[in-house]
Amino acid sequence: MTFLTEPLAYEFFVRALAASILVGLVCAVIGTYMVLRGLAFMGDALSHAAFPGVVAAYLLQLPFYLGATIAAVGTALAIGWITRRGRLRGDTTIGVLFAGMFAFGIFLFSTIPNYVGDLFGFLFGEVLGISGADLAALAVLSVIVLGIVTVLWKELLYSTFDPLAAAASGLPVAALEYLFLGLIALTIVISLQAVGIILVVAMLVTPAATAQLLADRFSRLMAIAVVIGTLAPICGLYLSFWTNTASGALIVLVETSAFLLALALGPRTGLLRARRRTGLA
Amino acid sequence: MTSPDPDVDRHVQPVHLVGHAGEPAAPGHRHHAGHTGGPPPSVWLVDVSVGYEDKVVLEDVDLELAAGSLTAVVGPNGGGKSTLLKLIAGLLEPWGGTISVLGGRPGEHARATAYVPQAEAVDWSFPVAAADVVMMGRYPRLGPLRRPGSRDHAAVAHALELVGMTAHARRQIGALSGGQRRRVFLARALASQPDLYLLDEPVTGVDNATQEDLMTVLDAEARSGKTVIASTHDLASAAQHFRSIVAVNGTVVAQGDASLVLDADVLMRTYGGHLLFVGERAVVLDDAHHHDEAPDGEVHHHEGTPGRGTRRP
Repeated sequence: MTFLTEPLAYEFFVRALAASILVGLVCAVIGTYMVLRGLAFMGDALSHAAFPGVVAAYLLQLPFYLGATIAAVGTALAIGWITRRGRLRGDTTIGVLFAGMFAFGIFLFSTIPNYVGDLFGFLFGEVLGISGADLAALAVLSVIVLGIVTVLWKELLYSTFDPLAAAASGLPVAALEYLFLGLIALTIVISLQAVGIILVVAMLVTPAATAQLLADRFSRLMAIAVVIGTLAPICGLYLSFWTNTASGALIVLVETSAFLLALALGPRTGLLRARRRTGLA
Repeated sequence: MTSPDPDVDRHVQPVHLVGHAGEPAAPGHRHHAGHTGGPPPSVWLVDVSVGYEDKVVLEDVDLELAAGSLTAVVGPNGGGKSTLLKLIAGLLEPWGGTISVLGGRPGEHARATAYVPQAEAVDWSFPVAAADVVMMGRYPRLGPLRRPGSRDHAAVAHALELVGMTAHARRQIGALSGGQRRRVFLARALASQPDLYLLDEPVTGVDNATQEDLMTVLDAEARSGKTVIASTHDLASAAQHFRSIVAVNGTVVAQGDASLVLDADVLMRTYGGHLLFVGERAVVLDDAHHHDEAPDGEVHHHEGTPGRGTRRP
């Protein structure tokens, strides 16, 4: 058992564990709605769009949360507005803004003459280095996101499933859409330290996608996503500790393994099921 | 148990082609003009136009439907049937004209309005069971924070029973047949206990038993004073099951009782080039969707093109 308890003696490990479990939980909840809304690409876009905000915050010596939130929420609202107003498809708008914002981040990054390890941490994740203050901020933001979903889960579900009928019956569907984009942006800000800009999309999408293979009721789908989203960081962090390898990558790899396992064994896609069917035929 | 149409109904509203000169009453008197003694209309449109982006779909629309009416909206694809329903539902802003729905602006009495979209507009792989979908009809009146209570569950159970879907309540919607899906969506509308039903192709492509069942339910709702408006491709069904008809092609071509669809002049003005006269009979050459489901990847855009220019010869 010592190999399980030994890491817990390190304060940084416990902090990292708490942070990544919270991140996994929030990502699984938001990711469930995201996957059902077909917004997986939006998650990738907003995480990259947060980068210039992180760099700018560093340059201005402000908390990174502030810069990342402004950049990600701003981009989310801009994407929503341009898509509604313009005659462009949503994925086109996302492609343009996401690359543009990330390029701006790289440009800002390149203006810094010396090597900045902190900023690389935001690209690839560095949850083992999270400070107590950052953990507290993360917890506050998580409570905000989860609180909003707790209040509005019905409205978000109806407007996701049948936006026309929901709007006709009086739900503010457009406002809920903007609100949800804002929630995605906040979730990404929360997740940046744990897994980094490049891998955040996996934390959002993979647990829900895995659950989709296993459940056909919304409540079960979210429950499964939450279980995967909170267990994967625990497994990933221990693996990372024992093998001394990148924590963010391992968390994502554990989730990807869960997805592949569900793909192989799930009721609809499973190889076992396919074999049983051919056996019966 | 379809109750027989009382013959009186058939003669109350004469068939009339909607002209463009001076009819109906001026917008200034839109509430009670012409209705002395009777209730105000549930849905009232005067000189309304609407479209998407810069393409006009409906123009000069004049329409008046009373509470308790059971109305079929007929017309060719792209003629504006769905657009008319969305307009009344408050989903589209009118470009001009005056609309009154349930005595207010469209959307003002949203909780008293139930809109059911076309089957093609729904993601059938969505992880919800039939009862979950019907419960959504209760969400708007519940409001945020409140969870569905016993009254909501009772309303859902009752609605499922009315459409004969109690046995399938826990099945994922994608596992249901096309007819069962339409039943579930009507149950959602029923569960919201609206005063106005707006149904986009509620019985298109379903089996006869489902069509009879659903029309029986809608007929009963209309008789209890609710306003029921449904678009349909099926003229025979419109004539058989509905008490009033609105023929739409870029505008409201005609409004009247169910015999309207047998009027050659009305058919000519509604379907124009899509009409073939075989001897005395008119055959509508409409690419109606008489099937349960679109094949994978097939998307139907019914309102992508504006009404064909046959309404002002």
